[in-house]
Amino acid sequence: MTAYFIQAFIYLCAAVLLVPLAKRLGLGSVLGYLIAGVIIGPLTGLVGQETATIQHFAEFGVVMMLFLVGLELQPQTLWSMRHQLLGLGGLQVTLTAAVVTGVALTFGLQWTVALAVGLIFSLSSTAIVLQTFNEKGLSKTEGGKSAFSVLLFQDIAVIPMLAFIPLLALPELQEAASKLSAAAEHHEELSIVTHLPAWATGLVIIGIISALVAAGHFLSRPLFRYVADSGLREVFTATALMLVIGIAALMGLIGLSPALGTFLAGVVLANSEFRHELEADIEPFKGLLLGLFFITVGAGINVEILSNSLITIVGLTLGLMLTKALVLFGLAILFRVHHSDRWLFTLSLAQAGEFGFVLLSYTVAEHVIPHDLAQMLSMVVALSMFLTPALFILFEKVIQPRYQKSNDDREPDTIDQQAPVIIAGIGRFGQIVNRLLVANNIPTVVLDHSAAQVDVMRSLNIKSFYGDASRPDLLHTAGIHEASLMIVAIDDRARALELVEHVKQNHPHIKVLVRSFDRAHKYELRDAGADLIVSETYHSALNMGTQALEALGFHPFHAEQMRQNFAEMENSNCLKLYESWRGEGESRSFGDHYRDLFIKLEGLMRDSMKKDRADRHTRSERGWTPPPKDYLKDFKAD
Amino acid sequence: MASHQQRVLILFAHPSQHRSEVNLPMLKASQGYEQVTVVDLYREYPTLRINIEKEQQRLLEHDVVVFMFPLYWYSTPAILKEWQDLVLEYGFAYGRDGVALKDKIFLCVLTAGGAEKAYQNGGYNHFTIRELLQPLEQTANLTGMHYLPPFALFSARTAAEENRIEQHVGHWQRLLQALIDNRVDVNKTRGLNTLAEPLESILKD
Repeated sequence: MTAYFIQAFIYLCAAVLLVPLAKRLGLGSVLGYLIAGVIIGPLTGLVGQETATIQHFAEFGVVMMLFLVGLELQPQTLWSMRHQLLGLGGLQVTLTAAVVTGVALTFGLQWTVALAVGLIFSLSSTAIVLQTFNEKGLSKTEGGKSAFSVLLFQDIAVIPMLAFIPLLALPELQEAASKLSAAAEHHEELSIVTHLPAWATGLVIIGIISALVAAGHFLSRPLFRYVADSGLREVFTATALMLVIGIAALMGLIGLSPALGTFLAGVVLANSEFRHELEADIEPFKGLLLGLFFITVGAGINVEILSNSLITIVGLTLGLMLTKALVLFGLAILFRVHHSDRWLFTLSLAQAGEFGFVLLSYTVAEHVIPHDLAQMLSMVVALSMFLTPALFILFEKVIQPRYQKSNDDREPDTIDQQAPVIIAGIGRFGQIVNRLLVANNIPTVVLDHSAAQVDVMRSLNIKSFYGDASRPDLLHTAGIHEASLMIVAIDDRARALELVEHVKQNHPHIKVLVRSFDRAHKYELRDAGADLIVSETYHSALNMGTQALEALGFHPFHAEQMRQNFAEMENSNCLKLYESWRGEGESRSFGDHYRDLFIKLEGLMRDSMKKDRADRHTRSERGWTPPPKDYLKDFKAD
Repeated sequence: MASHQQRVLILFAHPSQHRSEVNLPMLKASQGYEQVTVVDLYREYPTLRINIEKEQQRLLEHDVVVFMFPLYWYSTPAILKEWQDLVLEYGFAYGRDGVALKDKIFLCVLTAGGAEKAYQNGGYNHFTIRELLQPLEQTANLTGMHYLPPFALFSARTAAEENRIEQHVGHWQRLLQALIDNRVDVNKTRGLNTLAEPLESILKD
C-alpha cells in the first residue's frame, strides 16, 4: 500500500512542480506533463515498468475527454459536420496510410508490415490535440474544427483497423494462426459478439447503439432528476462516472471503441439540462487522467532504445511528421481551410497518437510487426507526441502573428488631417467617445490598427486612419505636437500601456485619457502617468446595478443616490488600494495586504449602504434626512 | 357637473421617500382619481434632468397645479426649484406670449417640522408660512395663476406618534375633491394664512 502511495506521490509531485512552470514559460500543460514524465522516468528512474500498466488506465482520460467533447456538440452540429468528417477525415487516414506504407516499402519492409505501419501512423493524438485546443482557445477556429473532424474519424477508423490488422499476419500464417485463435479466445470473455456471425454482430451493435441513444434521450432525465433531488453532490458525481464507465464497458463488450461510445453518449446528452453539471463532475477526472497519460508517455521513453538508434528514431520521427504534415497541408488546400487555420490544421495533427501504442502492442501480439521494430516505432510515436506542443508554440508565436499582421499589412494611411484630439482605437469603446466629440464639433484624428475596422468607420463617414498608434512616426503625422488630448481606447492592454508611457514621456503636454481593463491595468496606467483612467466596464456595470436596485423596488432617486455613493466610495477606495498595490514592492501584485484592505473597504461600503436605513444622518443622505424627531426642543425661542 | 370638473396636476417632490411619514400617505391618498395626475418628480428625474416639453404639456392639460412637498429651509426641495427654473419659460409661463398658465389654480401642500406657532411674528421662525412662501405666490401672480394659501401640516416630525396623519390625509382628500369639483372660492381664501378646516368656509356658495 505504501509503495502505491509513494508512486502516486511521485507522479503528482512531478506534475505539480512542472506543469505550472511549463505553463508559465508558455509551453502549455501537455509539454509540462511530458517533461515531468521524462524526468521521473528515463532521467531519474523514480518510476519504472509500471508506467505501461498505468498508461492503459490513464487512456480512460481520452474516453472521458471525448464524452466531454460530445457534451459540447449538439446532434445537429454533428450532423452538419458529416461532410468534413467523412471527406477530410477519410482522406487523411487513407492518404497518410498510403504514403507511409509507400515510404515503408522503400525501406525494404514487407508489404504487410509496411501497411500496418501506415495504418498506425495515420492516426493522430486526440488527447494532446484536443487538450491543447482547449487550453489555447483554438477549438472554435476553422482549423480547430477541421482537426476535430479528422480526429473523430480516426477514432472511428480504429475499430476496422483492429479487425483488419490480424489479417496482415499472412506470411507467418502457420505460426500466427494458433496465436490468433488464442488471442480470439482471450478476447472471448470480454466480448459478446465474437462468436456471432457478422450480420448478427452488426445487428447487436446497431441495437445497442439505438438503445443507448434512446436511453440517453428518455431515461437520463428521470435518472438525473432522481439523483439530483437527493441533494447529494457526490452521488451525482458517481452517476456521471457510472454513466461514462458503463458505456465504455458496453462498447468494449460489443467490440466498439469506448471513446466513440462515450462520445455518442455525450452528443445525446448535449441538449440535457444537466449538461453543465455532468461537465463539471467529469472534468477533474478527465484532467487528472489525461495528465497521468501524458506523464506515462514521457516516462515510457526507453532511453536504451533511443540512445542505441537515436539518429534513426529522430530521423523517422521528423520524416513521419513531415509526411503527415504534407498530406494535411494538401487536404487543407483541397478543403479550403485558409490562412492561419491551414497551418493550425497541418501542424496540430502531424504527430502519431496514443492509439499508436495500442495498435503497436496489438500488432506485436498478432505477429504482424516484429517486436524490435515495434519498440522502435513506439519511440517514434512518443517522440512525435513530444514534439507536438513545440509545433503549437511555433504556430502561436510565429505563424499566427504573421497572419494577423498580413491581414492588416497595408501601409499606414497618410494622415491628411490634424486635430486637437487623437483617438487611438476605434472599436466599441473608441467609437462612442469619438461620436460625442464629433457631435460637439471637435475635430478628431482616429487611428486603428485593424484595416477592416478603419474601412467600416470610413464608410460611416468617420475620419479614420489605419496604422499602429504606438508607432512614434505615425503619432507625429497625426499631429501629436499640435494635439492637446489623446484618448487611448485600444483593446490590447499591453499596447495601451506602452502607448501611454510613450506619449507621457515624449509629449508631456498632452492630456492622456485611457480605457483600462481591470484594476491591475488601471494601476499600471496610473503609474505610467495617464491623466484619466476609465474602466471599460465600470460605468455600464454600475448603471446595471442601479437598474437592478430599481427593479427590486428601490425608488429611482434613492437608487441614484446609492449609485453615486457607491461611486464616491469606490473612488476613494481605489486610491487606497492603488497605494497598497504600489506598496507591495517590486512585484506590484495583489498581495495579502491588498486583499485584506479590499475586504475591509468592501465592508465599509456595505456599512455605508446599510446605515441609510437607520434613523440617523449618513454620508449618502446628508441634506435629505429629516431632522430628528425631537429637534424642536433645540429651539429655545419657541 | 362632470363638464365642470377640474383636472388636477400634483407635482410631488420628496427626495427620500423611504423615510417619509406624511408625504407618502398624502401621495397615495391622491392617487386613483380620474381627474388627478400625480407626478413623482424624483422618480421621473433621478438625475434632475427635467424634460421641459413633457412638463409644459402636462401643465397645459390641467386646471389646478399642486406642489406637494416637505418644507426644506422655508422652500421646496431642490427638484421643484429646478422644475420652476426650467419649465416656467419665458414665452410659455410669462412674457408677451406666455399665457399658458393663466387662470389656473396654484396650491402648495406641504409638511413643516416646526410647530404652527413658530411660524409667526415672535415665533422662532418669525414669519408665517404664507409669508415664507411668497416667492411661489409671486410666481403664481406673474404667471396669471390664482394662488391659494398653503395646505400645511405643522410639527410633522411627530405627527405619526400623535396620530394626526389620518385626519390630515382625510382633510386633504376633501379639499382635493372640492378642487376637482371646482367648488373652492378663491376670493374667500384671500388673507388666509393656510387652508385650515373648516373646509366649508372657503367653498363657493
